Amino acid sequence: MRGAITVDRLTCRHGGVAVLEDVSARFAPGSLTAVAGPNGAGKTTLLRAIAGLHPVAAGLIDRGALPPGGIALLPQSAILDRSFPLTAADAVALGAWPRIGAFRGLGAAGERQVAAALTEVGLAGSARKLIGTLSAGQFQRLLFARVIMQDAPVILLDEPFNAVDAATVADLLALVRQWHAAGRTVIAVLHDLDLIAAQFPQTLLLARRQVAWGRTAEVLAPANLRRAAA
Amino acid sequence: MIADLLFGPFAFGFMRRALAGCIALSFAGPPLGVFLVLRRMALTSDVLQHGILPGIALGALLGGLSVPAMGIGGLAAGLAVALLAGWLARATGGREDAQFAGIYLVALAAGIAIISATRGIDLGHLLFGSVMAVDDAALTLMAGIATAALFGLATIWRPLVVESFDPDFLRAAGGRGAGWHLGFMALVVLCVVGGFVAMGTLMSVGLMMLPAVAARHWAAGLAGQMRASVAIALLASWLGLTLSFDADIPAGPAIVLVAGALWLASVAAGRRESLLRRHFPPLFPAIGQNRPT
Repeated sequence: MRGAITVDRLTCRHGGVAVLEDVSARFAPGSLTAVAGPNGAGKTTLLRAIAGLHPVAAGLIDRGALPPGGIALLPQSAILDRSFPLTAADAVALGAWPRIGAFRGLGAAGERQVAAALTEVGLAGSARKLIGTLSAGQFQRLLFARVIMQDAPVILLDEPFNAVDAATVADLLALVRQWHAAGRTVIAVLHDLDLIAAQFPQTLLLARRQVAWGRTAEVLAPANLRRAAA
Repeated sequence: MIADLLFGPFAFGFMRRALAGCIALSFAGPPLGVFLVLRRMALTSDVLQHGILPGIALGALLGGLSVPAMGIGGLAAGLAVALLAGWLARATGGREDAQFAGIYLVALAAGIAIISATRGIDLGHLLFGSVMAVDDAALTLMAGIATAALFGLATIWRPLVVESFDPDFLRAAGGRGAGWHLGFMALVVLCVVGGFVAMGTLMSVGLMMLPAVAARHWAAGLAGQMRASVAIALLASWLGLTLSFDADIPAGPAIVLVAGALWLASVAAGRRESLLRRHFPPLFPAIGQNRPT
């Protein structure tokens, strides 16, 4: 089924060391899952493996019948060069890559989509601004606009609310709920357990190994959290 | 008198040929340099310029002192070094800078050893360039390479921008990052080889990198930085060749010295992120600062 991701006994290594071991979970089409766990728990590695960016050492990842570019990845904004001389509109237009590739034009329809995506994240007036002039919150909104532009059935968010003001978190959460309602599969790495409990029906708790996976209320039980922290 | 100093040298055919060649390379090299800076690979160009030396020397040894033979040898060696550097960095798990240092030291030594063992090659000319050597064949090489590199850059422009800004995004979205990177490296090698006759293998990267580094102080947008880098390179080519003729120093160092002076001037008094701007805010803040051009 379109948008279903199944991870079965997945192990990933980095420089010979296992950073993720024996993780199994199923992300149904249209599911909304939080990935939680302490620092170094392998959360980002899991997202990168699902996106095809990290080699799989053992186990497998079944992405169903996803088309190329069917996974939209929102990276941690800290790993991007925010001084890169790119306008906001161009950065959002990158989301059209799976459709237009290296050589086809964006077209008038594409440009309208870029403008609409910018408006949706509250950056309507910033299209011509360089990304270096945006605040941390605005930059995060911009990355969300790129996800909107990509229009993918599967969306991976790596710490989308880090270093972002409360108003922006509220706006971006509304977008995540909207994607969920539209039947997209959303997997988000998050730190804020209260936010996970309030907004995410399903949670995968990692501590290099899988601690728990399933309904959020059960996964975030005190016993599990103690095991994750140990 | 001053006009004589600035324009007089170009009464000579070889000076006009050198100028034409450097103008061509000024359009192709600096935009590549801007990408090298953005990709935090400024020092990679250094490795390449040392890397092409043994290839040029081997070309001269096998094919005689012909520009095509040396050019093809340099091209092959440059591509080999680019591939080797990338492979070593991946195979040894990072520490790219250390591997690069190893490569360029060995390449430089090998190049000089081969040249010294070959009769009839002037080491100084190969390393630092000689405008007298810019004959029709050399000019054709420079102009041809510049044209090819410019078209190549225009072709891979979009993937290169995406891959420089967010390589993970490109790979996740189905674009193959490694291929574009290699294509880009091939264009850089092309331009380094293109400059070797006039500017020498050790100096030809200067016309690519210094204008690119200086351009950051004049424009905020990518296209603006490209334009600024080309303008600075054109100025450096003209004034550098003039300096080379009037002061009787090799063309390579002369052009690099002028480009270096323009870079220092940009750091001191450029429109953005310069020392001047840090202490004196612009009179007309709407102009220049962070405007996408």
